[in-house]
Amino acid sequence: MSGSKPEPRGWRDLPLSALPYKLSLEYKTGDWRALRPVIDQSKCVKCLMCWLFCPEMAILWDGKQVSVNLDYCKGCGICAHECPVKAIKMIPEPTE
Amino acid sequence: MIFFSKKSKPKIPLEKQKLMTVNGDEAVAYAVKQCYVDVVAAYPITPQTIIVEKYSEFVADGEVHTEFIPVESEHSAMSACVGAAAAGARAFTATAANGLALMWEILYIAASLRLPIVLAVVNRALSAPINIHCDHSDAMGMRDSGWIQIFAENVQEAYDTTIQAFKIAEKALLPVAVNLDGFFLSHTLENIYMLPDDAVYEFLGGPRKVAKTYVDYLGKEVEAKLDPANPLSFGPLDLYDYYFEHKMHQVEAMKEAKKIVKEVHDEYAELSGRSYGDGILVPYEVEDADVIVTVLGSTGGTVRWVVKKLRQKGYKVGTVRIRLFRPFPFEELREILKGAKVVGVMDRAISFGSFGPSFLEVNTALYDLKEKPLLVNYVYGLGGRDVPPDLVEKMFMELLEDAKKGVVENKLRFLGVRE
Amino acid sequence: MSHVSQPKPTEKPYDLIIFEPGKKYDLPLTLNLRQLAEERRPMILPGHRLCAGCAAPIIVKLVSFALRGPTIIANATGCLEVATTIFPYTSWAVPWIHNAFENAAATASGIEAAIKAMKKTGRLPYDHIDVIVFAGDGGTFDIGLQALSGMAERGHDVLYILYDNEAYMNTGIQRSGGTPPFAWTTTSPVGKVIPGKSQEKKPIADIMVAHRIPYVATATPAHWADMIKKVRKGIEVDGPAFIHALSPCNRGWRHDLDLAIEICKRAVDTCYFPLWEWERGKGYMLTDRSLAIAKNPQLKQPIEKFLEVQGRFRHLLKPENRHLLKQFQEYVDAVWEDLLNRAVNAPK
Repeated sequence: MSGSKPEPRGWRDLPLSALPYKLSLEYKTGDWRALRPVIDQSKCVKCLMCWLFCPEMAILWDGKQVSVNLDYCKGCGICAHECPVKAIKMIPEPTE
Repeated sequence: MIFFSKKSKPKIPLEKQKLMTVNGDEAVAYAVKQCYVDVVAAYPITPQTIIVEKYSEFVADGEVHTEFIPVESEHSAMSACVGAAAAGARAFTATAANGLALMWEILYIAASLRLPIVLAVVNRALSAPINIHCDHSDAMGMRDSGWIQIFAENVQEAYDTTIQAFKIAEKALLPVAVNLDGFFLSHTLENIYMLPDDAVYEFLGGPRKVAKTYVDYLGKEVEAKLDPANPLSFGPLDLYDYYFEHKMHQVEAMKEAKKIVKEVHDEYAELSGRSYGDGILVPYEVEDADVIVTVLGSTGGTVRWVVKKLRQKGYKVGTVRIRLFRPFPFEELREILKGAKVVGVMDRAISFGSFGPSFLEVNTALYDLKEKPLLVNYVYGLGGRDVPPDLVEKMFMELLEDAKKGVVENKLRFLGVRE
Repeated sequence: MSHVSQPKPTEKPYDLIIFEPGKKYDLPLTLNLRQLAEERRPMILPGHRLCAGCAAPIIVKLVSFALRGPTIIANATGCLEVATTIFPYTSWAVPWIHNAFENAAATASGIEAAIKAMKKTGRLPYDHIDVIVFAGDGGTFDIGLQALSGMAERGHDVLYILYDNEAYMNTGIQRSGGTPPFAWTTTSPVGKVIPGKSQEKKPIADIMVAHRIPYVATATPAHWADMIKKVRKGIEVDGPAFIHALSPCNRGWRHDLDLAIEICKRAVDTCYFPLWEWERGKGYMLTDRSLAIAKNPQLKQPIEKFLEVQGRFRHLLKPENRHLLKQFQEYVDAVWEDLLNRAVNAPK
């Protein structure tokens, strides 16, 4: 079965047993967001609570600092709420 | 009827096969024992219970490597088989009647996930009122679930078919239900021939081999199983954008399945010397018959005996036993029935408000003929009601009368019920 | 990651978790968050379609950090299942199966039996494969209880994790056996004569203790270290284990999107949802914050602290319903007292 066919695929090109063939990484949930987390790196103590509790795996740790992957962040604000030093602010998503 | 091949010697001559006196349930248990089954998950229900009892003995005596799961319900029996088969194991379960009804939800899931599970259905009437005896209302309830359904006529065939079922299932990637009539077969002793263990092992090609499929995110063909080396997700949410396409997989698989059932039957016949028609239909005295009766299961033997008797008296009658019910052999059956004046369809089940389930199939098979035989449906034997030869003979006489008149007034008749 | 021949999460944050056949795995348990962030990946990938602020993916993520090696997941029908595998996508980085609603435990039983049979015959390319179930409260307290009880009685080596959002959230907030008393749901509405759910919450974890399986525990994602340790224990015991994890649902509980973790803390602080574990031969043991409260009862908060942030309990805070609030407090206190009496490490 070919992987190059455009969507939506015909039944002959689907894997056996109704197995999904794409990872949800291709499905960006960032556009669900109404609020955007903004991290104040100067306040951040790198405790990783935001990384730990983010339901979207959208907080990234590169070994030096945390950042937000806006491709997936749904803007729930758990990171900001759980930040012990209040280094994360939720701001309205720009609407232009 | 068992046809022992006279032309060519079977690969395993009869003297190398073991002659055993067993009932139908034991025959199935012995067959499963030889099939290198990894997981058996089953729950007791009359008249199937002997299968799980017998198999438990094999497990307790260390005669099999099988993990036996004595589940708390038939629903869990089929659910556990789905889990086991998805993990790559060869899985088996058995049930009857209400137990099969309780499995119903998972029957569809097993078939849709394309898991080659084998299920022995020891046919029994559905409640209410509760009844433990034979009819086909249980099996007919699962006819649309995507399972291959094969009906055995006798204990030998139940044994042979169970072995064939694993090979069919794993080739077709569809689950297979082997049907044997409750008590008439399940509890009736018969002398049967059993193949040596290694012959069955070889026939099946050893342990189950899992089919491969291409999955884009892995970028390769992988075995369709739960495998920590190649993570797959079984049983996703499928909405209107893909569900229909996935059902086409099953439609196509069923189309292929008919060929596979025949091939596996033929290969098994060469091995054992035993064949059942062409593996899907078992015709008898049909060539010049004016009246042909179709039948499923153990009643096939009684009908054939009556046909033989009536032929001796000069009546042009014949019968065809439908061995494969799903996928239904429409074309093959049409070829057999097309010359008859009247076709009688025996059903050991009824779809209330309609006809017997196999009548609808036979009707469909004949519709495209220019010259159609007259069709009559005989519903018989519900709840284990006996069908003695004189009753079958009475049916043939009625059908011969219909043939003479050229019209059928009452299409739905009940054989053996008290008014 | 030692077990995966792929870049570290700091370089490639999202990837499948691949366990190579033929290798022996015994991933160390660590509670060092930097180490976890740099060495381990969650088994759930982003792009899933659970609601913003849902606690279920947090629970799954924490469970990921407790894995010791190759693992297969069985998932009952529910929010977590539907939102993570909308065809053609999957959010699962490990092998995963959904069979139906009521049979996750039976499905897992079959998987575990298959693993055993294949191992016995030398066909399993791993030293062990762990089997974990995720099921919601509907699939556990109610429709799935029979299969769960059967799995427990038969002794399958499966860890069953209940993520309890206290109602049928996937179908739109209908009451379940896990819904607490007085809670508003769409099938236990707050009417003119009936103030929400009329019944108490089924003591599901105690029911599992009554099965005398090797390990039973309660947990919340807020008490993450406690949870990871318990999950690891549940994986390591030989035989069935059960973890009851509280999983706040902002849609059904009617709370702000950012409060999932906060509410878990309040649930434990008010003793609405005490943290404990039960082991054969040891009995009930309080853990984490609940042990601290047992030792220092002044830490126990009034139930209002739990209720006040949730719209499903709004009616309980009205002056005319003070008697109901009192009843709720009495219910919580009775369950807590009962646990204190049983807990071997509670001060007597």
